[in-house]
Amino acid sequence: MSIEPKEYQAPVWNEPIIHQMGAAGRRGVLFSRVEDEIEAGVGPASALIPEAARRRDRPALPELSEPEVLYHYLRLSQQTLGMMGISLFGTCTMKYNPSVNEAIAWRPEITEVHPLQHDDTLQGTLEIVHGMDLILRELSGMDQFVFQAGGGAEAAYVNCAVTRGYHAARGELEQRNEIITTIQTHPSSAATAATAGFKVITLMLDENGYPSLDSLKAAVSNRTAALMVNNPDDMGVYNPEIKEWVRIVHEAGGLAFHDSANFNGIIGKLRPREIGFDACMFMLHKTFGAPKSGVGGPAVGAYGCSAELAPFLPSPLVGFDGNRYHLDYDRPQSIGKIREFWGNVPVVIKAYAWSRSVGAEGMGQVSDLSVLANNYMEKGLLAIRGVTRSHPDATSPRLEMTRYSLETLKEETGVDIHDVQNRMTDFGIDAPWTSHEPWLIPEPFTPEAGEMWGKEALDTWIAVLKQVSDEAYSDPEHVRTAPHRQAIHRLKPGAVDDPDTRAMTWRAYQRKTGR
Amino acid sequence: MGKSTAHPYMANSVPEIQREMLDAIGADSIDELFSQIPADHRTQHPFDLPPALSENELTRHVIGILAKNQTVEQNLNFLGAGSWQHHVPAVCDEVVRRNEWLTSVFGEPSSDHGRNQAWFEFCSQLAELVDLDLVGLPVRSWGSAAGSALRMASRLTGRNEVAVVRAIDPERLSVIRNYCEPVEMANHIAVRLVDYDPATGLMNVDDLREAVGDQTAAVYFETPSYLGVIEQQGAAIAEIAHAAGAELIVGVDPLSLGVLAAPAHFGADFVVGSIQPLGVRLNTGGGVGGFIATRDEDRYAHQYPTLLLSIAETIQPGEYGFGLSLFEQSSYGLRDKGNDWTGHSVYMWAIAAATYMAMMGPKGFEEIGGVILQRAHHAAQRLAEIDGVRVMFPSGFFKEFVVNFDETGREVDEINASLREQGIFGGKDLSREFPELGASALYCVTEVHTGNDIERLVGALRKAIA
Repeated sequence: MSIEPKEYQAPVWNEPIIHQMGAAGRRGVLFSRVEDEIEAGVGPASALIPEAARRRDRPALPELSEPEVLYHYLRLSQQTLGMMGISLFGTCTMKYNPSVNEAIAWRPEITEVHPLQHDDTLQGTLEIVHGMDLILRELSGMDQFVFQAGGGAEAAYVNCAVTRGYHAARGELEQRNEIITTIQTHPSSAATAATAGFKVITLMLDENGYPSLDSLKAAVSNRTAALMVNNPDDMGVYNPEIKEWVRIVHEAGGLAFHDSANFNGIIGKLRPREIGFDACMFMLHKTFGAPKSGVGGPAVGAYGCSAELAPFLPSPLVGFDGNRYHLDYDRPQSIGKIREFWGNVPVVIKAYAWSRSVGAEGMGQVSDLSVLANNYMEKGLLAIRGVTRSHPDATSPRLEMTRYSLETLKEETGVDIHDVQNRMTDFGIDAPWTSHEPWLIPEPFTPEAGEMWGKEALDTWIAVLKQVSDEAYSDPEHVRTAPHRQAIHRLKPGAVDDPDTRAMTWRAYQRKTGR
Repeated sequence: MGKSTAHPYMANSVPEIQREMLDAIGADSIDELFSQIPADHRTQHPFDLPPALSENELTRHVIGILAKNQTVEQNLNFLGAGSWQHHVPAVCDEVVRRNEWLTSVFGEPSSDHGRNQAWFEFCSQLAELVDLDLVGLPVRSWGSAAGSALRMASRLTGRNEVAVVRAIDPERLSVIRNYCEPVEMANHIAVRLVDYDPATGLMNVDDLREAVGDQTAAVYFETPSYLGVIEQQGAAIAEIAHAAGAELIVGVDPLSLGVLAAPAHFGADFVVGSIQPLGVRLNTGGGVGGFIATRDEDRYAHQYPTLLLSIAETIQPGEYGFGLSLFEQSSYGLRDKGNDWTGHSVYMWAIAAATYMAMMGPKGFEEIGGVILQRAHHAAQRLAEIDGVRVMFPSGFFKEFVVNFDETGREVDEINASLREQGIFGGKDLSREFPELGASALYCVTEVHTGNDIERLVGALRKAIA
């Protein structure tokens, strides 16, 4: 592990905002005029718009030639570090997004297909979607998956809507208006539950790193609609009492949802349904190798559930009669739609391709290597001055992530986690993730190694953090003023929130600054 | 593939490396590292999954299956209804596929500066089309944009009823109903549907007047409407909504905004819509995405559930970057106390849309709007000349229009089956969604359809109803 960290230099293009580019009259794309006979038949376009609905002004868009647009955005793409260096962004399961999957998903059989086409013309896609459903059923033990949700949070929202549907059908929804979650479960569980109209009860952790069984028992009642929980959580801690949790919630008449966001650490080891969960959610853009696109999507939260809950799933589902695939819209108890059409099909195709490439043996290898890499890193990271681990008394090996703290480093040097994040990017390391809000651990950071990165990459990451720690003790100012080698410097503190300066659009910025 | 072969996606799938790492940890086996999981939680049943495929096998396998699809390249397509076929410039595809941002995660404003700038340029260019100063990062669909905007209006006004035009995509209405919560929930928002005029397809303003009162948080309509019609009573609708103290939310197809009035010009407080027509392919429905825009006022800014991205100066004079603004109010900041919820959306499509809008410029939007209007009206005229075929709202539409087949005695699905045999995807069947329209279908004609395409459709339809 004698790696000498080397600094990286980001491209500095000083790229103007697109509105500052171009010249009046330039064109980036042309459209063929309508044929003369058509023009003669229908008359000028403006006459086809009712007077009151015509646009009078011209939108103040830039005017550029085609190559100007292309190279502008290519330069911007170059100023995106992302995974070009090493990214171990915790909870996001950074992994390879295979080129072959991109190539497949961009074929016209996917991109040039309309979602409302007749089933007869969709048999290929439906077969793959159904195939992905079967793979996820096998991994989770659930009876049916649906791919309509455009991300993990939206899948959590599907769960809340299904929960409403289930209890409404039993006439208990008004009474069962509470959802229980934990502080270490992703904020989207709590937030979607609240948006869906539930009261949210959030359980806090005890010294073992997970909430006590007693706290759950105190929260459960005949008002409980559901439990929404991840396991393992974002610190790599597995709640060993989770079976009992699910039993208690079921006994009270509630449902149990497993947010399988951190499934990379347990894939091929256990099935949420066998633990007792009624439903779960896989993020195909994380665990199943599709791109995250800057935590932006398009993504898919694949939501799976028991046969008992399946009637409430959003429509359509993909069915197979042994001979032909079809989209089933005829589902009277369905919650309807969470999003138009039937999901981000290209993402499902990529996830299917990833699953088939990895295969049966590879699924188990994914969690093996992720957990191995995390524990390997822990040895190196805890040897760095100023680094400690959350819940030091919980000594069992963490799963695919570990939550660390730089509290000591900050106390001793004044350098905080944001300074360290920024300085690490100078070495081509994507800034490590801290923690969801609220921070339970001061100055947190949470690397997740995953199965993709080689040992050398992990060693490099560790060596860079050690270098930054050394700098914090020897030359803290250098860390506090980082980054030094990026496309731009740090933002002025507070500028993005100050009502006098914040501007989400160029025109707002011009108005506020008078530029 | 042989059992002991390393997997190409996993650098540490070499046994010797794993041994080295275990030695560093001081563990005998990888299985030891799973000691947190009680034995009775581990599965007792082996996983029945297909074996791994090499890239070559995988490509043949998947492409072999996908070949069973029919595409809109192989067929002449007139389906739209929220997933519209437009020309996508090749530059949009090249830009959006760049691995740098495709595989990125959030990063820092300094290290992922380029991607943030592309997102900012999406918001900034869309702001010009809608003529509003505040645009959030995109949401997952038009329906989720409309649903979120209705909830924002409910919070702003403290009211729990919204008036929504009935000429709306039933899928989008279903999304909205889910956002508005069922009646059992304490914060249920009642959705009151406002009729459309059966003769014109426009909103029935008298019915709107009846529907709107001091209980109304918002009025929502779309232009062009789901049935294709350009709403021309925007100012009157705005007046009714505002007189009752309600917000006006208008849904748009942004591609129309080179020729159609920006709703802010007739009084809209919120503008929502789809971003799919801005350089995103159909993607079997996976091309959809939505946006929310408002005036840049605190009362609106503080209600956005989406992430917001602000331009800001850096510590270096004259330099700017981009960072998340008002993050604290989101569900990432405040969990269940935040503004509804946010999460993965369609931010890559925002980059495609930014590229598209930059390619188009003001002239491009004006030109494409005109071409679409002319081609769609030409198609409607030609179809209406067929015996038994009627265009229901024959003027004042943009790219979609309702074609009625009642007098042919044929059902839409019969006609579409015949068209399919002739290599044509006919319009979306409306007969079940809007029974009052009879045997009707929603046809979509855009800049991609030539005069010859329309003649082919006319010929095929004559055959289908013969």
